[in-house]
Amino acid sequence: MTPEATQQLLDFAYIAATVLFILAIKWLSSPASARRGVLAGEIAAALAVGATLCNPELVSYKWVIITLIIGAAIGVPLGLVHMTAVPQRTALSHAFGALSAAMIGIAEYYVGISQSNVTRFQMGEIGLEVIIGSLTFTGSLIAAGKLQEILPQRPIVYRGQNFVSLSVLSAALLLAMALVVKPTNTVLFPVMVVVALVFGVLLVTPIGGADMPTVISLLNSYAGFSAALLGFVLNSKVLVVAGALDGSSGFILSVIMCKAMNRSFTNVMFGAFGQVQAGAAAAKEERTVRSATPEEAADILGAASTVVIVPGYGMAVAQAQHKVRELFDVLTKKGVDVKFGIHPVAGRMPGHMNVLLAEADIPYERLVEMEEINSDMPQTDVALIIGANDVTNPAARTDASSPIYGMPILNVDKAHTVMVIKRSMNPGFAGIDNPLYYMDKTLMLFGDAKNFVGSIVRELAGGHS
Amino acid sequence: MPADFLSNLYVFILAGFVGFELIKRVSPLLHTPLMSLTNALDAIVVVAAIIIAGRQETPLATVLGAIAVAASFSNMVGGFVITDRMLRMFKTGKQHKP
Repeated sequence: MTPEATQQLLDFAYIAATVLFILAIKWLSSPASARRGVLAGEIAAALAVGATLCNPELVSYKWVIITLIIGAAIGVPLGLVHMTAVPQRTALSHAFGALSAAMIGIAEYYVGISQSNVTRFQMGEIGLEVIIGSLTFTGSLIAAGKLQEILPQRPIVYRGQNFVSLSVLSAALLLAMALVVKPTNTVLFPVMVVVALVFGVLLVTPIGGADMPTVISLLNSYAGFSAALLGFVLNSKVLVVAGALDGSSGFILSVIMCKAMNRSFTNVMFGAFGQVQAGAAAAKEERTVRSATPEEAADILGAASTVVIVPGYGMAVAQAQHKVRELFDVLTKKGVDVKFGIHPVAGRMPGHMNVLLAEADIPYERLVEMEEINSDMPQTDVALIIGANDVTNPAARTDASSPIYGMPILNVDKAHTVMVIKRSMNPGFAGIDNPLYYMDKTLMLFGDAKNFVGSIVRELAGGHS
Repeated sequence: MPADFLSNLYVFILAGFVGFELIKRVSPLLHTPLMSLTNALDAIVVVAAIIIAGRQETPLATVLGAIAVAASFSNMVGGFVITDRMLRMFKTGKQHKP
């Protein structure tokens, strides 16, 4: 075969892969066809990688094969992590994706310089691509560290932070511009990469754990757009399409997360949530709460006809999802209608709660979105909150001075009885007091989520036999 | 402005619109698998990394390409494995209780 014919064949393989990419996301729209989507993606990836390995430009396979094996050896264990570790795994994979895009951009620059054919236009593309790739790499590593709790989850802030961060970003962009003016100024290139890496650290360090769903989506979007930019640099349409799909996916998810918190992008990135509330939380007056034992809670749940369970990050931390499934089973057996109210930002990444509850074998039609479950709330006998706080705080509706005022919440306060499983009366992650806990119809169930739900299940099962 | 840039820009804008329309329709139930699947698809940068690592133009480029191959291929493999694992867990009540 002539090299041209081979090249055309490879191009057709890439076109087929591109089509399959789009189908993969289309099929992901519903749980019934979603696994077909994964298959389409796998075939696309196999086609594209297979075609690339046949590319006549390759002169040596040694490093390609070795690194493919290393990649698979890292990838398989990362694909088999426990479901509670999915947020940090996702952050880590954004880091890997961005690292890869940055490395290729850097290689393109040096190869181009050694052949002295980097145009100013190409330099601009490479500069932007490498800056986004580098900052996404370190930013995602910090996010993964926070999610894995290697780094403190609280926002780390200092005076003049935004000024410092923006100056560092401007420095990276100015260096890129200087390189566009004179691409052969090779001294500046590594400096630009380092400055971009530093900016990634500065960008994510001030962001608290509760904002992780937005940040992880935003990093997803950056990783996608850096791949798309790489497609521009290398003139590869398949990269442009894959990057555009990934980038727009991350972007849409960040918009959804921001809306679910009633906050703007700039507020998430530069607002440092936890800090503002310190004063407000300290000023709270002493009020009384009613608490209940597992026996009392079991009696109320057993007598109910409709129950809505609201899970939050606390359920994930306590690993309580399997006990919650037992509770679901025992209540369903008693004829109680049990549903789960899922807030879009519950947990540490978009869809986090759904995955944990699906892992515990809870049928997905029982997992109900916020708008839908809120219309059921006034007819609900018991709302049981497990490890969620801010997403149930009625102050978001009623108290204009509250930092979360305007945020859409699950209206659990409309249910006839509210039960909250909580370790103690310490305010939640964002440090905002929750008036829900002081309502007359609210019962506080103090204890570890897993143990407490376990005790309720024992009571219900024992009382039945 | 190079002609390649313009044709890539066309593709980028159209793919962005297609992505926007498709992703809007993905159920919030599946937002975590969506993120891991798009991540695996994004790992297609491995094809560029393979070329850089296999073309062996300069030692530096080969090393950078090799790192990129390992990083992106681990994303590709891991992304598909975990997406499929997650999706297998989503069951309806009918399948759940025979």
